Amino acid sequence: MTTPTAVALEDTTVAFRLGDDRIYTAVEKARLTVAPGEFVAIVGPTGCGKSTLLNVAAGLLRPASGTVTVFDRPLADLNRDAGYLFQADALFPWKTAIDNVAIGLEIKGAPRAAALQRAQAWLTSVGLGAFAGRYPHMLSGGQRKRVALAQVLIRDPKILLMDEPFGPLDAQTRQVMGNLLLDLWNADRKAVLFVTHDLEEAIALADRVVIMSAGPSSRIIGDWRVTLPRPRDIFEVRLDKEFHALHREIWSVLKDEVMKGYAQSTQAVEAV
Amino acid sequence: MSRLTLLALQVLVALVAIVLWQVLSTVPVFGKILLPPFFFSNPVDVFSQIVKWFSTGVIWKHLGITLVESVLAFVIGSVGGALVGFWFARQPRVAAVFDPYVKMINALPRVVLAPIFALWLGLGIWSKVALGVTLVFFIVFFNVYQGVKEVSRTVLDNGRMLGMSEAQLTRHVYFPSALSWMFSSLHTSVGFAVVGAVVGEYLGSAAGLGYLIQQAEGIFDVAGVFAGMFVLSAFVILIDFGVTLVERRLLVWRPAATDGRG
Repeated sequence: MTTPTAVALEDTTVAFRLGDDRIYTAVEKARLTVAPGEFVAIVGPTGCGKSTLLNVAAGLLRPASGTVTVFDRPLADLNRDAGYLFQADALFPWKTAIDNVAIGLEIKGAPRAAALQRAQAWLTSVGLGAFAGRYPHMLSGGQRKRVALAQVLIRDPKILLMDEPFGPLDAQTRQVMGNLLLDLWNADRKAVLFVTHDLEEAIALADRVVIMSAGPSSRIIGDWRVTLPRPRDIFEVRLDKEFHALHREIWSVLKDEVMKGYAQSTQAVEAV
Repeated sequence: MSRLTLLALQVLVALVAIVLWQVLSTVPVFGKILLPPFFFSNPVDVFSQIVKWFSTGVIWKHLGITLVESVLAFVIGSVGGALVGFWFARQPRVAAVFDPYVKMINALPRVVLAPIFALWLGLGIWSKVALGVTLVFFIVFFNVYQGVKEVSRTVLDNGRMLGMSEAQLTRHVYFPSALSWMFSSLHTSVGFAVVGAVVGEYLGSAAGLGYLIQQAEGIFDVAGVFAGMFVLSAFVILIDFGVTLVERRLLVWRPAATDGRG
Protein backbone atom coordinates (compact mmCIF):
# COMPACT_ATOMS: atom_id res chain seq x y z
CA MET A 1 0.00 0.00 0.00
CA THR A 2 1.45 3.31 -1.00
CA THR A 3 -0.84 5.93 0.51
CA PRO A 4 -1.25 5.82 4.27
CA THR A 5 -4.75 5.11 5.55
CA ALA A 6 -6.37 5.83 8.91
CA VAL A 7 -9.07 3.22 8.44
CA ALA A 8 -9.30 0.68 5.65
CA LEU A 9 -12.02 -1.91 5.14
CA GLU A 10 -11.08 -4.58 2.59
CA ASP A 11 -13.92 -6.69 1.18
CA THR A 12 -15.63 -6.56 4.54
CA THR A 13 -18.74 -8.68 4.85
CA VAL A 14 -20.87 -8.49 7.96
CA ALA A 15 -23.48 -11.09 8.74
CA PHE A 16 -25.79 -11.76 11.66
CA ARG A 17 -27.27 -15.05 12.72
CA LEU A 18 -31.01 -14.70 13.02
CA GLY A 19 -32.99 -16.55 15.65
CA ASP A 20 -33.96 -19.44 13.35
CA ASP A 21 -30.38 -20.09 12.18
CA ARG A 22 -30.78 -18.15 8.97
CA ILE A 23 -27.91 -15.84 8.14
CA TYR A 24 -28.66 -12.21 7.44
CA THR A 25 -25.94 -10.51 5.44
CA ALA A 26 -26.00 -6.83 6.32
CA VAL A 27 -23.03 -5.59 4.35
CA GLU A 28 -21.31 -7.37 1.50
CA LYS A 29 -17.71 -6.88 0.40
CA ALA A 30 -17.45 -3.29 1.43
CA ARG A 31 -14.25 -1.58 0.44
CA LEU A 32 -13.63 1.77 2.06
CA THR A 33 -10.60 3.79 3.05
CA VAL A 34 -10.29 6.94 5.06
CA ALA A 35 -7.01 8.82 4.76
CA PRO A 36 -5.52 10.61 7.77
CA GLY A 37 -7.18 14.00 8.10
CA GLU A 38 -9.96 13.08 5.69
CA PHE A 39 -13.64 13.63 6.44
CA VAL A 40 -15.70 10.84 4.86
CA ALA A 41 -19.48 10.65 5.07
CA ILE A 42 -21.43 7.45 4.47
CA VAL A 43 -24.94 7.98 3.22
CA GLY A 44 -27.55 5.34 2.58
CA PRO A 45 -31.20 4.46 3.03
CA THR A 46 -32.46 3.24 6.37
CA GLY A 47 -31.39 -0.28 7.20
CA CYS A 48 -28.52 -0.32 4.70
CA GLY A 49 -25.96 -1.24 7.31
CA LYS A 50 -24.05 2.02 7.47
CA SER A 51 -24.01 1.93 11.27
CA THR A 52 -22.92 -1.71 11.03
CA LEU A 53 -19.96 -0.66 8.98
CA LEU A 54 -19.09 1.99 11.53
CA ASN A 55 -19.25 -0.55 14.36
CA VAL A 56 -16.85 -2.74 12.40
CA ALA A 57 -14.43 0.17 12.11
CA ALA A 58 -14.82 0.71 15.85
CA GLY A 59 -14.08 -2.92 16.62
CA LEU A 60 -17.44 -3.31 18.36
CA LEU A 61 -18.44 -5.79 15.67
CA ARG A 62 -16.38 -8.52 13.97
CA PRO A 63 -16.80 -8.87 10.22
CA ALA A 64 -17.64 -12.34 8.87
CA SER A 65 -14.91 -11.95 6.29
CA GLY A 66 -12.52 -9.32 5.01
CA THR A 67 -9.98 -7.29 6.90
CA VAL A 68 -10.05 -4.06 8.84
CA THR A 69 -6.84 -2.10 9.25
CA VAL A 70 -6.25 0.96 11.37
CA PHE A 71 -3.15 2.94 10.43
CA ASP A 72 -2.08 -0.11 8.45
CA ARG A 73 -2.29 -2.48 11.41
CA PRO A 74 -5.00 -5.14 11.41
CA LEU A 75 -7.73 -4.43 13.95
CA ALA A 76 -7.97 -7.29 16.43
CA ASP A 77 -9.90 -5.77 19.31
CA LEU A 78 -11.58 -2.43 19.97
CA ASN A 79 -10.22 0.40 17.90
CA ARG A 80 -8.13 2.24 20.48
CA ASP A 81 -7.31 5.07 18.09
CA ALA A 82 -10.95 5.94 17.59
CA GLY A 83 -13.47 8.06 19.41
CA TYR A 84 -17.11 7.12 18.85
CA LEU A 85 -20.03 9.50 18.90
CA PHE A 86 -23.26 7.56 19.26
CA GLN A 87 -26.64 8.33 17.82
CA ALA A 88 -28.49 7.56 21.05
CA ASP A 89 -27.71 9.19 24.37
CA ALA A 90 -24.51 7.60 25.59
CA LEU A 91 -23.53 9.93 28.41
CA PHE A 92 -23.33 8.44 31.88
CA PRO A 93 -26.57 9.72 33.42
CA TRP A 94 -25.15 9.55 36.96
CA LYS A 95 -22.24 11.84 36.18
CA THR A 96 -22.36 15.61 35.79
CA ALA A 97 -21.40 17.14 32.45
CA ILE A 98 -17.87 17.86 33.61
CA ASP A 99 -17.42 14.39 35.10
CA ASN A 100 -18.71 12.88 31.87
CA VAL A 101 -16.03 14.74 29.95
CA ALA A 102 -13.26 14.17 32.49
CA ILE A 103 -13.82 10.41 32.68
CA GLY A 104 -11.95 9.74 29.43
CA LEU A 105 -8.78 11.16 31.00
CA GLU A 106 -9.40 9.72 34.46
CA ILE A 107 -9.57 6.14 33.23
CA LYS A 108 -6.20 6.70 31.57
CA GLY A 109 -4.88 7.54 35.03
CA ALA A 110 -4.81 11.33 34.83
CA PRO A 111 -5.06 13.02 38.24
CA ARG A 112 -8.58 14.17 38.94
CA ALA A 113 -7.78 17.86 39.32
CA ALA A 114 -5.97 17.99 36.00
CA ALA A 115 -8.71 16.00 34.27
CA LEU A 116 -11.38 18.36 35.59
CA GLN A 117 -9.42 21.37 34.42
CA ARG A 118 -9.10 19.99 30.90
CA ALA A 119 -12.75 18.95 30.94
CA GLN A 120 -13.80 22.47 31.87
CA ALA A 121 -11.76 23.82 28.96
CA TRP A 122 -13.43 21.37 26.59
CA LEU A 123 -16.89 22.20 27.88
CA THR A 124 -16.09 25.84 27.23
CA SER A 125 -14.96 25.10 23.69
CA VAL A 126 -18.26 23.35 22.93
CA GLY A 127 -20.08 26.32 24.43
CA LEU A 128 -21.16 24.72 27.70
CA GLY A 129 -18.70 26.27 30.13
CA ALA A 130 -21.51 27.35 32.42
CA PHE A 131 -23.18 23.93 32.52
CA ALA A 132 -20.41 21.87 34.11
CA GLY A 133 -22.45 20.85 37.16
CA ARG A 134 -25.57 19.78 35.26
CA TYR A 135 -26.60 16.16 34.98
CA PRO A 136 -27.47 14.94 31.47
CA HIS A 137 -31.20 14.95 32.12
CA MET A 138 -30.99 18.67 32.92
CA LEU A 139 -29.54 19.41 29.48
CA SER A 140 -31.33 19.72 26.15
CA GLY A 141 -30.71 17.19 23.37
CA GLY A 142 -28.32 19.56 21.61
CA GLN A 143 -26.42 20.27 24.82
CA ARG A 144 -26.07 16.56 25.51
CA LYS A 145 -24.54 16.11 22.05
CA ARG A 146 -22.07 18.89 22.82
CA VAL A 147 -21.07 17.14 26.03
CA ALA A 148 -20.73 13.86 24.13
CA LEU A 149 -18.52 15.59 21.56
CA ALA A 150 -16.30 17.00 24.32
CA GLN A 151 -16.23 13.57 26.00
CA VAL A 152 -14.87 11.99 22.83
CA LEU A 153 -12.52 14.77 21.80
CA ILE A 154 -10.81 15.22 25.18
CA ARG A 155 -9.11 11.87 24.60
CA ASP A 156 -7.68 13.27 21.37
CA PRO A 157 -8.48 10.21 19.23
CA LYS A 158 -6.81 10.05 15.81
CA ILE A 159 -10.02 8.82 14.25
CA LEU A 160 -13.53 10.07 14.86
CA LEU A 161 -16.42 7.68 14.20
CA MET A 162 -19.84 9.31 14.19
CA ASP A 163 -23.11 7.42 13.92
CA GLU A 164 -25.82 9.88 12.87
CA PRO A 165 -24.74 11.93 15.88
CA PHE A 166 -27.10 14.80 15.14
CA GLY A 167 -29.96 12.58 14.01
CA PRO A 168 -32.21 13.13 17.02
CA LEU A 169 -31.81 16.92 16.93
CA ASP A 170 -34.06 19.48 15.27
CA ALA A 171 -32.99 20.93 11.91
CA GLN A 172 -31.56 24.20 13.23
CA THR A 173 -29.65 22.62 16.07
CA ARG A 174 -28.19 20.14 13.58
CA GLN A 175 -26.77 22.92 11.49
CA VAL A 176 -25.30 24.67 14.52
CA MET A 177 -23.78 21.38 15.67
CA GLY A 178 -22.44 20.76 12.16
CA ASN A 179 -20.63 24.09 12.21
CA LEU A 180 -19.29 23.40 15.68
CA LEU A 181 -18.00 20.03 14.50
CA LEU A 182 -16.29 21.61 11.47
CA ASP A 183 -14.67 24.27 13.66
CA LEU A 184 -13.32 21.68 16.09
CA TRP A 185 -12.25 19.40 13.27
CA ASN A 186 -10.44 22.22 11.50
CA ALA A 187 -8.18 22.67 14.51
CA ASP A 188 -6.37 19.33 14.08
CA ARG A 189 -8.05 17.50 11.17
CA LYS A 190 -8.67 14.04 12.51
CA ALA A 191 -9.79 11.30 10.18
CA VAL A 192 -13.59 11.23 10.35
CA LEU A 193 -16.08 8.59 9.34
CA PHE A 194 -19.50 10.16 9.56
CA VAL A 195 -22.67 8.14 9.03
CA THR A 196 -25.86 9.96 8.12
CA HIS A 197 -29.02 9.52 6.09
CA ASP A 198 -29.04 13.22 5.27
CA LEU A 199 -27.30 13.83 1.94
CA GLU A 200 -27.18 17.61 2.40
CA GLU A 201 -25.48 17.22 5.75
CA ALA A 202 -23.00 14.81 4.21
CA ILE A 203 -22.02 17.11 1.33
CA ALA A 204 -21.81 20.16 3.58
CA LEU A 205 -19.47 18.47 6.04
CA ALA A 206 -17.37 15.96 4.16
CA ASP A 207 -14.43 15.68 1.77
CA ARG A 208 -15.88 12.50 0.32
CA VAL A 209 -19.40 11.15 0.21
CA VAL A 210 -19.85 7.39 -0.02
CA ILE A 211 -23.23 5.95 -0.99
CA MET A 212 -24.48 2.54 0.11
CA SER A 213 -27.18 0.50 -1.57
CA ALA A 214 -30.32 -0.63 0.21
CA GLY A 215 -29.89 -3.72 2.38
CA PRO A 216 -29.72 -6.64 2.85
CA SER A 217 -26.27 -7.40 1.43
CA SER A 218 -25.75 -3.74 0.80
CA ARG A 219 -22.67 -2.62 -1.03
CA ILE A 220 -20.88 0.63 -1.55
CA ILE A 221 -22.15 1.92 -4.88
CA GLY A 222 -20.68 5.36 -5.20
CA ASP A 223 -17.88 7.59 -4.02
CA TRP A 224 -17.85 11.34 -4.72
CA ARG A 225 -15.22 13.89 -3.88
CA VAL A 226 -16.53 17.17 -2.47
CA THR A 227 -14.29 20.00 -3.55
CA LEU A 228 -16.14 22.85 -1.86
CA PRO A 229 -13.54 25.16 -0.30
CA ARG A 230 -12.81 25.07 3.42
CA PRO A 231 -13.38 26.46 5.96
CA ARG A 232 -17.06 26.02 5.23
CA ASP A 233 -20.13 27.44 6.82
CA ILE A 234 -22.97 24.97 6.67
CA PHE A 235 -25.57 27.69 6.29
CA GLU A 236 -23.80 29.28 3.32
CA VAL A 237 -22.42 26.24 1.57
CA ARG A 238 -25.93 25.06 0.81
CA LEU A 239 -26.43 28.06 -1.43
CA ASP A 240 -23.34 27.22 -3.50
CA LYS A 241 -23.86 26.18 -7.14
CA GLU A 242 -21.37 23.35 -6.86
CA PHE A 243 -23.25 22.06 -3.84
CA HIS A 244 -26.45 21.86 -5.87
CA ALA A 245 -24.83 20.18 -8.82
CA LEU A 246 -23.24 17.56 -6.60
CA HIS A 247 -26.44 17.06 -4.67
CA ARG A 248 -28.38 16.45 -7.88
CA GLU A 249 -25.78 14.03 -9.16
CA ILE A 250 -25.59 11.96 -5.97
CA TRP A 251 -29.31 12.06 -5.36
CA SER A 252 -30.01 10.55 -8.77
CA VAL A 253 -28.16 7.45 -7.58
CA LEU A 254 -29.36 7.52 -4.00
CA LYS A 255 -33.04 8.00 -4.83
CA ASP A 256 -33.53 4.51 -6.24
CA GLU A 257 -31.85 2.97 -3.22
CA VAL A 258 -33.98 4.99 -0.84
CA MET A 259 -37.13 3.77 -2.58
CA LYS A 260 -35.84 0.18 -2.49
CA GLY A 261 -34.94 0.48 1.18
CA TYR A 262 -38.31 1.96 1.96
CA ALA A 263 -40.14 -0.82 0.12
CA GLN A 264 -38.12 -3.46 1.96
CA SER A 265 -38.66 -1.94 5.35
CA THR A 266 -42.43 -1.84 4.84
CA GLN A 267 -42.42 -5.43 3.61
CA ALA A 268 -40.42 -6.48 6.63
CA VAL A 269 -43.00 -4.93 8.90
CA GLU A 270 -45.79 -6.76 7.10
CA ALA A 271 -43.91 -10.03 7.34
CA VAL A 272 -43.62 -9.63 11.10
CA MET B 1 -55.96 23.13 45.59
CA SER B 2 -53.62 25.28 47.63
CA ARG B 3 -51.31 23.66 50.13
CA LEU B 4 -53.19 25.21 53.02
CA THR B 5 -56.58 23.89 51.91
CA LEU B 6 -55.08 20.49 51.34
CA LEU B 7 -53.53 20.44 54.80
CA ALA B 8 -56.78 21.63 56.36
CA LEU B 9 -58.73 18.89 54.60
CA GLN B 10 -56.20 16.27 55.62
CA VAL B 11 -56.45 17.34 59.27
CA LEU B 12 -60.21 17.36 58.94
CA VAL B 13 -60.24 13.69 57.96
CA ALA B 14 -58.31 12.78 61.11
CA LEU B 15 -60.55 14.95 63.30
CA VAL B 16 -63.76 13.45 61.90
CA ALA B 17 -62.44 9.92 62.34
CA ILE B 18 -61.32 10.54 65.93
CA VAL B 19 -64.53 12.34 66.92
CA LEU B 20 -66.67 9.59 65.36
CA TRP B 21 -64.62 6.96 67.19
CA GLN B 22 -64.94 8.83 70.52
CA VAL B 23 -68.69 9.43 70.12
CA LEU B 24 -69.57 5.96 68.91
CA SER B 25 -67.59 4.29 71.68
CA THR B 26 -69.05 6.38 74.54
CA VAL B 27 -72.52 7.65 73.53
CA PRO B 28 -75.26 5.03 73.01
CA VAL B 29 -77.10 5.23 69.68
CA PHE B 30 -80.65 3.90 70.00
CA GLY B 31 -79.73 2.50 73.40
CA LYS B 32 -76.68 0.63 72.09
CA ILE B 33 -72.99 1.50 71.99
CA LEU B 34 -71.91 0.78 68.42
CA LEU B 35 -68.20 0.43 69.24
CA PRO B 36 -68.02 -1.51 72.51
CA PRO B 37 -65.05 -0.15 74.50
CA PHE B 38 -63.83 -3.65 75.21
CA PHE B 39 -63.10 -4.19 71.53
CA PHE B 40 -62.48 -0.67 70.31
CA SER B 41 -61.32 1.31 73.37
CA ASN B 42 -61.62 5.07 72.73
CA PRO B 43 -59.30 7.84 71.51
CA VAL B 44 -58.95 9.43 74.94
CA ASP B 45 -57.74 6.20 76.54
CA VAL B 46 -55.43 5.46 73.62
CA PHE B 47 -53.99 8.96 73.75
CA SER B 48 -53.45 8.84 77.51
CA GLN B 49 -51.72 5.47 77.10
CA ILE B 50 -49.34 7.00 74.54
CA VAL B 51 -48.69 9.97 76.83
CA LYS B 52 -48.03 7.62 79.71
CA TRP B 53 -45.50 5.63 77.68
CA PHE B 54 -43.61 8.73 76.71
CA SER B 55 -43.84 10.49 80.08
CA THR B 56 -42.59 7.45 81.98
CA GLY B 57 -40.04 6.82 79.24
CA VAL B 58 -40.73 3.07 78.89
CA ILE B 59 -41.40 3.50 75.18
CA TRP B 60 -37.86 4.63 74.34
CA LYS B 61 -36.35 1.29 75.19
CA HIS B 62 -38.83 -0.51 72.92
CA LEU B 63 -38.48 2.02 70.12
CA GLY B 64 -34.71 1.77 70.41
CA ILE B 65 -34.77 -2.04 70.16
CA THR B 66 -37.07 -1.98 67.13
CA LEU B 67 -34.92 0.68 65.49
CA VAL B 68 -31.71 -1.27 66.05
CA GLU B 69 -33.29 -4.44 64.65
CA SER B 70 -34.63 -2.60 61.60
CA VAL B 71 -31.32 -0.89 60.88
CA LEU B 72 -29.35 -4.12 61.23
CA ALA B 73 -31.83 -6.00 59.04
CA PHE B 74 -31.70 -3.26 56.44
CA VAL B 75 -27.90 -2.99 56.35
CA ILE B 76 -27.18 -6.73 56.34
CA GLY B 77 -29.98 -7.48 53.86
CA SER B 78 -28.94 -4.66 51.53
CA VAL B 79 -25.26 -5.46 51.50
CA GLY B 80 -25.95 -9.17 51.02
CA GLY B 81 -28.59 -8.60 48.36
CA ALA B 82 -26.39 -6.13 46.50
CA LEU B 83 -23.36 -8.41 46.50
CA VAL B 84 -25.22 -11.52 45.42
CA GLY B 85 -27.32 -9.58 42.90
CA PHE B 86 -24.17 -8.13 41.37
CA TRP B 87 -22.47 -11.48 41.30
CA PHE B 88 -25.42 -13.26 39.66
CA ALA B 89 -25.88 -10.54 37.07
CA ARG B 90 -22.24 -10.68 36.02
CA GLN B 91 -22.10 -14.50 36.10
CA PRO B 92 -25.17 -15.72 34.20
CA ARG B 93 -24.16 -19.35 34.72
CA VAL B 94 -24.21 -19.03 38.49
CA ALA B 95 -27.53 -17.24 38.23
CA ALA B 96 -28.99 -20.02 36.08
CA VAL B 97 -27.90 -22.72 38.54
CA PHE B 98 -29.33 -20.96 41.57
CA ASP B 99 -32.42 -19.60 39.86
CA PRO B 100 -34.97 -22.25 41.01
CA TYR B 101 -33.78 -22.02 44.61
CA VAL B 102 -33.91 -18.24 44.66
CA LYS B 103 -37.46 -18.44 43.34
CA MET B 104 -38.35 -21.09 45.90
CA ILE B 105 -37.08 -19.16 48.90
CA ASN B 106 -38.63 -15.97 47.63
CA ALA B 107 -41.99 -17.70 47.20
CA LEU B 108 -41.97 -18.77 50.84
CA PRO B 109 -43.97 -16.49 53.16
CA ARG B 110 -41.17 -15.33 55.41
CA VAL B 111 -43.30 -15.36 58.56
CA VAL B 112 -43.04 -19.14 58.73
CA LEU B 113 -39.31 -18.75 59.21
CA ALA B 114 -39.79 -16.78 62.43
CA PRO B 115 -40.12 -19.84 64.71
CA ILE B 116 -37.01 -21.38 63.17
CA PHE B 117 -35.02 -18.20 63.64
CA ALA B 118 -36.26 -17.99 67.25
CA LEU B 119 -35.07 -21.54 67.75
CA TRP B 120 -31.70 -20.94 66.15
CA LEU B 121 -30.95 -17.45 67.37
CA GLY B 122 -32.93 -17.18 70.58
CA LEU B 123 -35.46 -14.55 71.62
CA GLY B 124 -33.01 -11.64 71.47
CA ILE B 125 -32.69 -9.17 68.64
CA TRP B 126 -30.91 -11.47 66.17
CA SER B 127 -33.89 -13.67 65.37
CA LYS B 128 -35.79 -10.46 64.40
CA VAL B 129 -32.85 -9.18 62.39
CA ALA B 130 -32.72 -12.49 60.54
CA LEU B 131 -36.40 -12.26 59.65
CA GLY B 132 -35.94 -8.70 58.38
CA VAL B 133 -32.87 -9.73 56.40
CA THR B 134 -34.79 -12.43 54.52
CA LEU B 135 -37.28 -9.77 53.46
CA VAL B 136 -34.84 -6.98 52.57
CA PHE B 137 -32.33 -9.28 50.88
CA PHE B 138 -34.65 -10.29 48.05
CA ILE B 139 -35.90 -6.81 47.28
CA VAL B 140 -32.37 -5.48 46.99
CA PHE B 141 -31.16 -8.62 45.24
CA PHE B 142 -33.76 -8.40 42.47
CA ASN B 143 -33.28 -4.67 42.01
CA VAL B 144 -29.50 -4.84 41.80
CA TYR B 145 -29.72 -7.82 39.45
CA GLN B 146 -32.09 -5.87 37.25
CA GLY B 147 -29.94 -2.76 37.50
CA VAL B 148 -26.87 -4.54 36.18
CA LYS B 149 -28.81 -6.36 33.46
CA GLU B 150 -30.57 -3.25 32.23
CA VAL B 151 -27.51 -1.11 31.68
CA SER B 152 -28.01 0.65 28.38
CA ARG B 153 -26.11 -1.05 25.56
CA THR B 154 -25.07 2.34 24.20
CA VAL B 155 -23.74 3.59 27.53
CA LEU B 156 -21.79 0.35 27.88
CA ASP B 157 -20.35 0.62 24.35
CA ASN B 158 -19.50 4.23 25.05
CA GLY B 159 -17.58 3.19 28.14
CA ARG B 160 -15.69 0.61 26.09
CA MET B 161 -14.88 3.05 23.33
CA LEU B 162 -13.65 5.56 25.91
CA GLY B 163 -11.12 2.91 26.87
CA MET B 164 -12.59 1.47 30.07
CA SER B 165 -11.31 -1.88 31.28
CA GLU B 166 -13.72 -4.45 32.72
CA ALA B 167 -12.94 -3.23 36.23
CA GLN B 168 -13.53 0.36 35.21
CA LEU B 169 -16.80 -0.58 33.52
CA THR B 170 -17.88 -2.20 36.77
CA ARG B 171 -16.98 0.87 38.75
CA HIS B 172 -18.27 3.58 36.42
CA VAL B 173 -21.17 1.87 34.67
CA TYR B 174 -22.51 -1.32 36.30
CA PHE B 175 -22.14 -0.17 39.88
CA PRO B 176 -23.88 3.23 39.56
CA SER B 177 -26.66 1.65 37.53
CA ALA B 178 -27.20 -1.09 40.12
CA LEU B 179 -27.09 1.43 42.96
CA SER B 180 -29.71 3.60 41.31
CA TRP B 181 -32.08 0.65 41.11
CA MET B 182 -31.31 -0.22 44.69
CA PHE B 183 -31.98 3.31 45.88
CA SER B 184 -35.26 3.45 44.03
CA SER B 185 -36.39 0.48 46.13
CA LEU B 186 -35.19 2.09 49.34
CA HIS B 187 -38.69 2.85 50.63
CA THR B 188 -39.82 -0.71 50.12
CA SER B 189 -36.77 -2.32 51.66
CA VAL B 190 -36.69 -0.03 54.71
CA GLY B 191 -40.40 -0.72 55.21
CA PHE B 192 -39.79 -4.45 55.06
CA ALA B 193 -36.92 -4.19 57.53
CA VAL B 194 -39.37 -2.69 60.05
CA VAL B 195 -42.00 -5.31 59.20
CA GLY B 196 -39.48 -8.08 59.86
CA ALA B 197 -38.49 -6.59 63.20
CA VAL B 198 -42.04 -5.99 64.45
CA VAL B 199 -43.43 -9.33 63.29
CA GLY B 200 -40.46 -11.08 64.88
CA GLU B 201 -41.05 -9.26 68.14
CA TYR B 202 -44.73 -10.03 68.02
CA LEU B 203 -44.08 -13.73 67.66
CA GLY B 204 -41.71 -13.98 70.58
CA SER B 205 -39.47 -11.48 72.32
CA ALA B 206 -38.91 -9.49 75.50
CA ALA B 207 -38.76 -5.97 74.08
CA GLY B 208 -39.72 -3.81 71.09
CA LEU B 209 -42.87 -2.30 69.65
CA GLY B 210 -44.15 -5.68 68.48
CA TYR B 211 -43.65 -7.01 72.00
CA LEU B 212 -45.56 -4.05 73.45
CA ILE B 213 -48.52 -4.66 71.16
CA GLN B 214 -48.45 -8.39 71.81
CA GLN B 215 -48.34 -7.85 75.61
CA ALA B 216 -51.31 -5.44 75.54
CA GLU B 217 -53.24 -7.91 73.40
CA GLY B 218 -52.45 -10.70 75.87
CA ILE B 219 -54.25 -8.91 78.68
CA PHE B 220 -57.08 -7.59 76.46
CA ASP B 221 -55.75 -4.05 76.82
CA VAL B 222 -57.19 -2.75 73.52
CA ALA B 223 -56.12 0.80 74.28
CA GLY B 224 -52.56 -0.50 74.52
CA VAL B 225 -52.85 -2.29 71.15
CA PHE B 226 -54.10 0.83 69.42
CA ALA B 227 -51.50 2.98 71.16
CA GLY B 228 -48.79 0.61 69.96
CA MET B 229 -50.14 0.78 66.43
CA PHE B 230 -50.13 4.57 66.41
CA VAL B 231 -46.59 4.78 67.75
CA LEU B 232 -45.54 2.22 65.13
CA SER B 233 -47.03 4.18 62.21
CA ALA B 234 -45.48 7.41 63.46
CA PHE B 235 -42.16 5.58 63.71
CA VAL B 236 -42.44 4.26 60.14
CA ILE B 237 -43.47 7.67 58.77
CA LEU B 238 -40.44 9.28 60.42
CA ILE B 239 -38.11 6.67 58.97
CA ASP B 240 -39.74 7.03 55.56
CA PHE B 241 -39.20 10.77 55.71
CA GLY B 242 -35.54 10.19 56.47
CA VAL B 243 -35.32 7.82 53.50
CA THR B 244 -36.86 10.46 51.23
CA LEU B 245 -34.17 12.94 52.29
CA VAL B 246 -31.39 10.42 51.64
CA GLU B 247 -32.92 9.45 48.30
CA ARG B 248 -33.13 13.05 47.14
CA ARG B 249 -29.45 13.46 47.85
CA LEU B 250 -28.41 10.20 46.19
CA LEU B 251 -30.54 10.38 43.09
CA VAL B 252 -30.02 14.02 42.08
CA TRP B 253 -28.97 12.85 38.65
CA ARG B 254 -32.32 11.24 38.00
CA PRO B 255 -35.07 13.13 36.20
CA ALA B 256 -38.00 13.63 38.57
CA ALA B 257 -40.48 12.05 36.14
CA THR B 258 -38.91 8.60 36.28
CA ASP B 259 -38.52 8.68 40.03
CA GLY B 260 -39.53 5.06 40.50
CA ARG B 261 -40.50 3.55 43.79
CA GLY B 262 -40.06 -0.05 42.67
